[in-house]
Amino acid sequence: MLTDITLGQYYPGSSVIHGLDPRAKILATLLFIAAIFFAESMLSYGVLALFVAAVILLSRLPVLMVLRSVKPLWIIILLTLFIHAFTGEGSNVLYQYGFFRLTEEGLIMGIKMSLRLVFLLLISSILTFTTSPIVLTDGIESLLRPFKCIGVPAHELAMMMTIALRFIPTLIEETDRIIKAQTARGADFDSGSLLQRAKNMLPILIPLFISAFRRADELAIAMEARCYRGGEGRTRMHELVYKTGDFIALAIIVLLIAVLAVMRWGLGL
Amino acid sequence: MPISLEHVSFTYMKGTPFEKTALHDVNLQIEKGEFVAVIGHTGSGKSTLVQHLSGLLHPQKGSVCVDGVNLNAKNAAAKKARNSVGMVFQYPEHQIFAETVYEDIAFGPRNKGLTPEGTDRAVKDAMAFAGLDFETFAQRSPFRLSGGQMRRVAIAGVVAMEPDYLILDEPSAGLDPRARDEIFKEIMALYRKRGIAVILVTHNMEEAARYATRLLVVSDGRIILDGVPHEIFTNHKEELLKVSMDVPPVYKLAECLQEHGLNVKSTPELADLERQILKVRRSRHAD
Repeated sequence: MLTDITLGQYYPGSSVIHGLDPRAKILATLLFIAAIFFAESMLSYGVLALFVAAVILLSRLPVLMVLRSVKPLWIIILLTLFIHAFTGEGSNVLYQYGFFRLTEEGLIMGIKMSLRLVFLLLISSILTFTTSPIVLTDGIESLLRPFKCIGVPAHELAMMMTIALRFIPTLIEETDRIIKAQTARGADFDSGSLLQRAKNMLPILIPLFISAFRRADELAIAMEARCYRGGEGRTRMHELVYKTGDFIALAIIVLLIAVLAVMRWGLGL
Repeated sequence: MPISLEHVSFTYMKGTPFEKTALHDVNLQIEKGEFVAVIGHTGSGKSTLVQHLSGLLHPQKGSVCVDGVNLNAKNAAAKKARNSVGMVFQYPEHQIFAETVYEDIAFGPRNKGLTPEGTDRAVKDAMAFAGLDFETFAQRSPFRLSGGQMRRVAIAGVVAMEPDYLILDEPSAGLDPRARDEIFKEIMALYRKRGIAVILVTHNMEEAARYATRLLVVSDGRIILDGVPHEIFTNHKEELLKVSMDVPPVYKLAECLQEHGLNVKSTPELADLERQILKVRRSRHAD
């Protein structure tokens, strides 16, 4: 059934990672992505892997569930590996078949590039696993606020995201009801040509659009009735406050970047 | 031939932390010619129950048969059996989609495979049932009608499929008293004329008392009371209050008068109670 799906991937918990300020988590994720590009030697990739493993353990999420977040992009990861492996420059030919030439350097490059992608996916899924969408939106709004002077509508963007998230379950429920109502009138959604099937969707889509517009209208009136007039001078119920833990988390990430930089340029590892 | 449910159980979101059992081992038979009212508090499982009757949900345990055909089967007979149960959802006007009233009502009959002539006749009959004049309304856009008229178009769209069993989920919700009375007048006329079974889901005890021949009280996924409305409202008030239901005001009034020593009998009809009160008054004057 449609309403049986769970939305987003927030996995409630009370770990250290769950408790971090969303802004700290977003910043740390961005910094980590930067750190990935500092890694050069296989040893530094090992450091990154250790770090990711530590974060997964700290978040106390089911490890398999986190690893599964790589699944949607596995084709791209494999493609990256093969393209690098077969097109890389290098003299150590491991295997040759006509035009295709597998070199040792290319293979290593391919492995590194795919590892980068895997790390990127893992760390950003940990962000969404440990932060509820609403809190995440609050964090984004707060981080974007300084850019208001150059015209970034931080509050409006965040409000739009919140409303969209809020209405997804409602619209799913509505869709489920409309599908049932039309099924009760003998509608058939799984047979006929592609064009016919697209046409058969109209009895669902039209009522769904009408109801979405009606809901939008009602919501606008309800917001206006409660004197909503944008973000100007608006206070919030849950103020975001940086705590010691957040600074420690950011410090650890900066340290990671420093270690990787030293390994690359200082020690030449 | 009846609708029959045997040992039906249903659980939402099975196998997740959000698991919720909506029906516990329900057994039920509904014969043609019955007018069944289903009452129960929000979340009691009454919506899940009626969706099983119409084959929109399939039981995880047990079986639902209509006229001896299991609704769960995937053959033509099961499809025909499902089409013989009409279901009017809450706020049915929210499912209207066609450009004209005619097209929207014709949707069901066409899906049933009727010929253009057959469809035409079914639409005309259904519009006559709903008190919508064919000449005036057939070619109008359903979205430009009033709320009450839209509701009638939507109900007509289900009635046009000529169901043997008609399920109505709160057909009067959000309507003014006059539109409500008119819709019930039309439903009663259809019920008497065609001898179908009507299954009415409602929160309104008065509707249950006035129209139904049988009352089902659902609580926590079980049918806890099943009987004649008058009998349930007079003898099972405590059970009803326990599951957040109530008795209709006219029963309350009769009970109140009895407590004050007035010799009146409980009745679903206000006019009947009025007659009894006047009778008592006249006999007192005579004394």
